[in-house]
Amino acid sequence: MKMKLFGAFAALALLAACSGTPAPKTASTGSGAVAAPSGPVPGSEQDLVANVGDRVFYKFNASTLSSDAKATLDRQAGWLGKYPNVQVQIAGNCDDRGTEEYNLALGERRANAARDYLVAKGVAASRITTISYGKDRPVAMGDNEQAWAQNRNAITAVH
Amino acid sequence: MDRNTNFLLPRRALFAGSAAAAFAPVLLATPAGAASAPAAAPSAVIDVNRARAAPIPVAIPDFAGADADSRALGHNIAQVITADLANCGLFKPIDPAGFVQNAATGDVPDWSAWRNIGAQALISGRVADAGGGKVRVEFRLWDILPQQQIQGTAYTTANSNWRRISHIIADVVYERLLGEKGYFDTRIVYVANTGPRSRRTKRLAVMDQDSANNRFLTDGTWMVLTPRFHPTRDEIAYMSYANDRPRVYIFDLASGRQRLLGEWQGMTFAPRFSPDGASVILSATHDIGSNIFVLDLAGGHERQLTNSGAIDTSPCFSPDGSQIVFNSDRGGDQQLYVMNADGGNVRRISYGQGRYATPVWSPRGDLIAFTRLGSGNWSIGVMQPDGSGERILSEGFSVEGPTFCPNGRVLMFWRDTPARNASGAGYSSRLVSIDITGFNERMVQTSTDASDPAWSPLGA
Repeated sequence: MKMKLFGAFAALALLAACSGTPAPKTASTGSGAVAAPSGPVPGSEQDLVANVGDRVFYKFNASTLSSDAKATLDRQAGWLGKYPNVQVQIAGNCDDRGTEEYNLALGERRANAARDYLVAKGVAASRITTISYGKDRPVAMGDNEQAWAQNRNAITAVH
Repeated sequence: MDRNTNFLLPRRALFAGSAAAAFAPVLLATPAGAASAPAAAPSAVIDVNRARAAPIPVAIPDFAGADADSRALGHNIAQVITADLANCGLFKPIDPAGFVQNAATGDVPDWSAWRNIGAQALISGRVADAGGGKVRVEFRLWDILPQQQIQGTAYTTANSNWRRISHIIADVVYERLLGEKGYFDTRIVYVANTGPRSRRTKRLAVMDQDSANNRFLTDGTWMVLTPRFHPTRDEIAYMSYANDRPRVYIFDLASGRQRLLGEWQGMTFAPRFSPDGASVILSATHDIGSNIFVLDLAGGHERQLTNSGAIDTSPCFSPDGSQIVFNSDRGGDQQLYVMNADGGNVRRISYGQGRYATPVWSPRGDLIAFTRLGSGNWSIGVMQPDGSGERILSEGFSVEGPTFCPNGRVLMFWRDTPARNASGAGYSSRLVSIDITGFNERMVQTSTDASDPAWSPLGA
């Protein structure tokens, strides 16, 4: 939870920097501006966001992992392998074009899809918790296709 | 766990389960010189369908009083009754500027004067200090054309209950003139939304159906969703993110205490009480899907009703407890299904355009209200329990989550206005009520943005 504020800044930077399909952040997209002045501590939340990519995106009303999403999760699995003491929580989120209760379940499905992929890549299931916020934690505040695409996600955070 | 932010009066306990115990209603004799309607005869003078087309003109002068305090209260009581009757859309209170007689209880109405301003019914009353912090409120309902008293009742109760007395009187008027129970002595529990859209503070709140007496029940430390009233006890089932473990809880309005409902591996959500109040039906996540369970409140036993591997959620019992309506994406996208209370005999009932969600069964048993999700706008609608006779009542960018008033004549839901730009400006959530025929849509006043409304039973 303590890292949520950072996540929000990252999302704002993403909004400002990107007009196309949402993509995982990398250090080269300018996120260094919001990282700690001395650079991310290896194995930290900032490190995950800046150098690995903390989130994957889904199509409307779906929880299938795209090839982009799998590439991000592959990097997350490698990073988690490098820092075996790190525990993470994956939060599943939805756009607001679904009803509240259904979206709670859909967000859980998305978080579980990301978790299951990481586990299949060798991350111990005991290191991962999941939570769904349905449509109640949007990272993009608008109401248009671009904002909704960013809000259909699973966000991995150091827990 | 959220801290309780208010001291809460045990409302139903205080009133011992019936208005009779708390308000000591006494029938009033018809004054000398006036006729009364036969007590046993049906009193409805017009049915609801005709009242929709032509609202009943009713005169509601300020209730009389012997002293300034009583008269002030008499004015306020008349105002609350007037607002109740006007807002339901079935009555047309007459502008008091045209009143020639300031009717006091016991006085026989000046029939021709009331008839001349078009009044079909007259509600008159008197307020008196009953001592010990109590007030006595007399009221009479008069039928102007046949020149007779339809009802005369006196209530004695604590001064602080004056709004409830007003709602109870409005319910009596509704019932005597329309032939079915009213819904004014009720409350709404809802989620109060404040703060930035990225991280809304969501608090449980409860208010009277006319938006008065609003109280926040939780302090917003944890997000809460989907509160629903118990059918007889002063309890609310809802979902809380307490300690980052989203689960269904029961909130006791008398004590302000909350308790976790059952022990579950994953998230539990979408709770509703059964009509007999003995159990809660809810969803619990499991792998890729969500299943519907019914939890017996006394024994704590749970029974799984669905296992489709899909998202099965938003369950709601029929009023006789024999059937359950829910939404599921087992067929690909969200649709409405009905099953027997034991989980058997599942059949799909929604076949219109779009996805269907959040079904709720009318207390009358004859309709199911739902949210329909189109590719553009959403709708609130009703259909018969077999899926026939679908009617759309209201549409918008996002309209969601209907709840029936206790007599099944009115729905409340919430309406989101979309953001105008990428910073979220212009986004809002408001409560809206509408007659089940689609007329009389009105915004429900709340002090904050609001969502997730649920109507209480009558007298709660």
